[in-house]
Amino acid sequence: MKNVIKSVVLFATLLILSSCGNSEKKDNIRLEDYNESSQQTEKQDTDKAPSSEKEETSTEDALSNKGIGPVKNLELPEGINSDMASSGADVFKKLCSACHKMDKKFVGPQLAGVTERRSPEWIMNMILNPTEMIKKDPIAKKLLIESNMAVMANQGLSEEETRSILEYFRQYDQEN
Amino acid sequence: MKNFFRIFSLAILGILTQACNNSDNSQGKKSGALASNVAERVYVAPGEHDEFYAFLSGGYSGNLLVYGLPSGRMFKEIPVFSQFPTNGYGYSEETTPMLNTSHGFIPWGDAHHPDISQTNGETDGRWVFINENNTPRIARISLETFETEEIIEIPHSAGNHSSSFVTENTEYVVAGTRFSVPYPQKDMPIEEMKGNFKGPLTFIAVDDKGGMSIDFQLKMPGFNYDLSHPGRGDSHGWFFFTTYNTEEAHTMQEVNASQNDKDFIAAVNWKKIQEYVKNGGGKEIDAEYAHNVFDHKTHNATSTMKKKVLTVDPREVEGAVFFMPTPKSPHGCDVDPSGEYIIGNGKLSTDLTVHSFSKMIKAIENEDFEGEAYDIPILSFESTLGGTVKEGGLGPLHTEFDGKGNAYTTFFISSEVVKWKLGTWEVLDRQPAYYSVGHNMIPGGNSRKPDGKYMISMNKITKDRYLPTGPELEHSAQLYDISGDKMELLLDFPTHGEPHYAAAIRADKVKPNSRKIYRLDENEHKYAATSEDETKMVREGNEVHVYMTTVRSHFSPDNLEGIKVGDKVYFHVTNLEQDFDVPHGFAMIGANTSELLIMPGQTKTITWEPKREGIWPFYCTDFCSALHQEMQGYVRVSSKNAKVPLKWTLDGE
Repeated sequence: MKNVIKSVVLFATLLILSSCGNSEKKDNIRLEDYNESSQQTEKQDTDKAPSSEKEETSTEDALSNKGIGPVKNLELPEGINSDMASSGADVFKKLCSACHKMDKKFVGPQLAGVTERRSPEWIMNMILNPTEMIKKDPIAKKLLIESNMAVMANQGLSEEETRSILEYFRQYDQEN
Repeated sequence: MKNFFRIFSLAILGILTQACNNSDNSQGKKSGALASNVAERVYVAPGEHDEFYAFLSGGYSGNLLVYGLPSGRMFKEIPVFSQFPTNGYGYSEETTPMLNTSHGFIPWGDAHHPDISQTNGETDGRWVFINENNTPRIARISLETFETEEIIEIPHSAGNHSSSFVTENTEYVVAGTRFSVPYPQKDMPIEEMKGNFKGPLTFIAVDDKGGMSIDFQLKMPGFNYDLSHPGRGDSHGWFFFTTYNTEEAHTMQEVNASQNDKDFIAAVNWKKIQEYVKNGGGKEIDAEYAHNVFDHKTHNATSTMKKKVLTVDPREVEGAVFFMPTPKSPHGCDVDPSGEYIIGNGKLSTDLTVHSFSKMIKAIENEDFEGEAYDIPILSFESTLGGTVKEGGLGPLHTEFDGKGNAYTTFFISSEVVKWKLGTWEVLDRQPAYYSVGHNMIPGGNSRKPDGKYMISMNKITKDRYLPTGPELEHSAQLYDISGDKMELLLDFPTHGEPHYAAAIRADKVKPNSRKIYRLDENEHKYAATSEDETKMVREGNEVHVYMTTVRSHFSPDNLEGIKVGDKVYFHVTNLEQDFDVPHGFAMIGANTSELLIMPGQTKTITWEPKREGIWPFYCTDFCSALHQEMQGYVRVSSKNAKVPLKWTLDGE
């Protein structure tokens, strides 16, 4: 009898546990995700020589990461569209420069050389879809930690404006 | 050991059961099938949206409250006639002109009757109008920004109570006078009131963008114009106003204003007067009233003092104004969705008097008059009478409609809502209200197309409905399901101030238009810094203008030097964010004003007059990000004669 009661209790406990589990949200952010990636970063840092930006993955891996967002595949022409680049510089100044500088780390990472470190799609998705990117994208998650949890703000830019900022970055990187 | 194990398992089971219940409240409390059924009907699951927006007047708070129905959850308090330190309304340089009047700046108002703009007799979700009773004003609130955009003062009026109801295409919003006064104001013995005071009814034209301007003021006899509603359908073009104190008593009105068995409902053919005025009718007289407009591009309000108003003597426009005798000091004046019936809620009676519009037109044609009041024809009582709702209750105040042929009247003294049938006048149902109900409201219940699903009653006395909070209690509202034959009380919810009336609308007419941000590239504020390299400090004598920006999570500049004791510092703060729901706050130690709460893309200004030397901090008041606690800065204040130059930096640059 005692055993029966005990197994009933256990069975009930299991039932409740499983029903509780169903209500758990899948896309919750977990702090440990961030901690893991930051620990990894630290480990690798001790191995590597210090660089201007901490890289968890190799540059090739990073360049193949297109990020998460509306821009799936972007073919870039060889040359620079200088009109587009200058309008991109204007948008950048107005809506991004409060946190980003080209030549130094400010609130967010230094942007010089960004087109050599990241795919064009990743750059645009980071601007267009920052909230999801810092939750899910491995590089964006790591950068959030490095930026002291200062989140990348969604400045409500259009795809066209974002593309022009990318052109500005390309021009900057070619010229510097 | 076995026992221990068993107890341990039970304990765990208990904890788990509790934890589960937390995430499953809908099935938590069941005190019977009916109770759970009622709960489900007002339950809006976490993250889901209500079916209706309800706008409840905040009464003597001076503000407008936004609620959801059926949940009864409050979403927002919109400052209208009162200063609101929560966001700086009435304190910031940009918004103080909104509270300007011909009497100067007034920090408080008594808000009464919200009404939603209409197109073709249906609520259209563009604006809410609301009247201020004490210092007569009408405000217009945008349902795109949910902010007060315009306030117009009503000259020559007092006790602006029979407002702010709109005609069926929002041609006009009206403002009637409840405390008759000399017209225009002058020094005279109070006891000479009778015949010498007037009760002007003001018709304010509304343009396509909402802009308000006084078209004309109808110089009516000095009665108390209590409430009003527009005609609709066939009666579109008319406006109806209840009156009391046709005795014209000036003292102890509690007794002296209740001597006549009948007062009047004034029927005003505004289309006729509009025509008359268009053709040059009326007389321009001196007036002084403020017209305050907020511009979302400059983020600034301007106040203009107007000097003239057009006055119309009702006797000079033939067939424009008639009186319909209505028993027992009528209060509410409500028009059914068809526009045929005009309900006079005789507040010192048990009965309701219903006038018929078509009968009224016939009586006017037949000149079926029983006399005149100050040369305005009084139609005979029988000639316009459509019916009487007998023994509805004690002290009827207001009536709303469900669009299915039924009317719902509140009875203050017997504290109940009563459902009755239009046309047969029979009482169908009655439900108690807790306690002493004033207004009731059905979404669209004052339009051609009511949504007859819910009704709320707004009650004047709360007593024991909630946990007691000392002698002062918020008023209580109740939600009824009116979709069936009988009304069902579903929910109690507390309100703020005293909700004199409310207006509600289907959420889908408003929700898609609700603004998320102000665009930085549309910001035309004179002192805006729309990027960090536009930030600066400018000295003009002892005034220092600081052009400051905020973004998660810093101010720029955040170190300011060169301020001196005796300076007046203007902090013009622009929020550079362009994402929904990322406001920043700004508070300065020792500033004799409120904080600022700045929406994305907006610029707001407060002033600070430092009295002592030192290093004084400022900070962001709205928890904006993980680094919100770091969002702060310092101002160095030097002595009056110091030579410290102006210097503004962020991170040393």
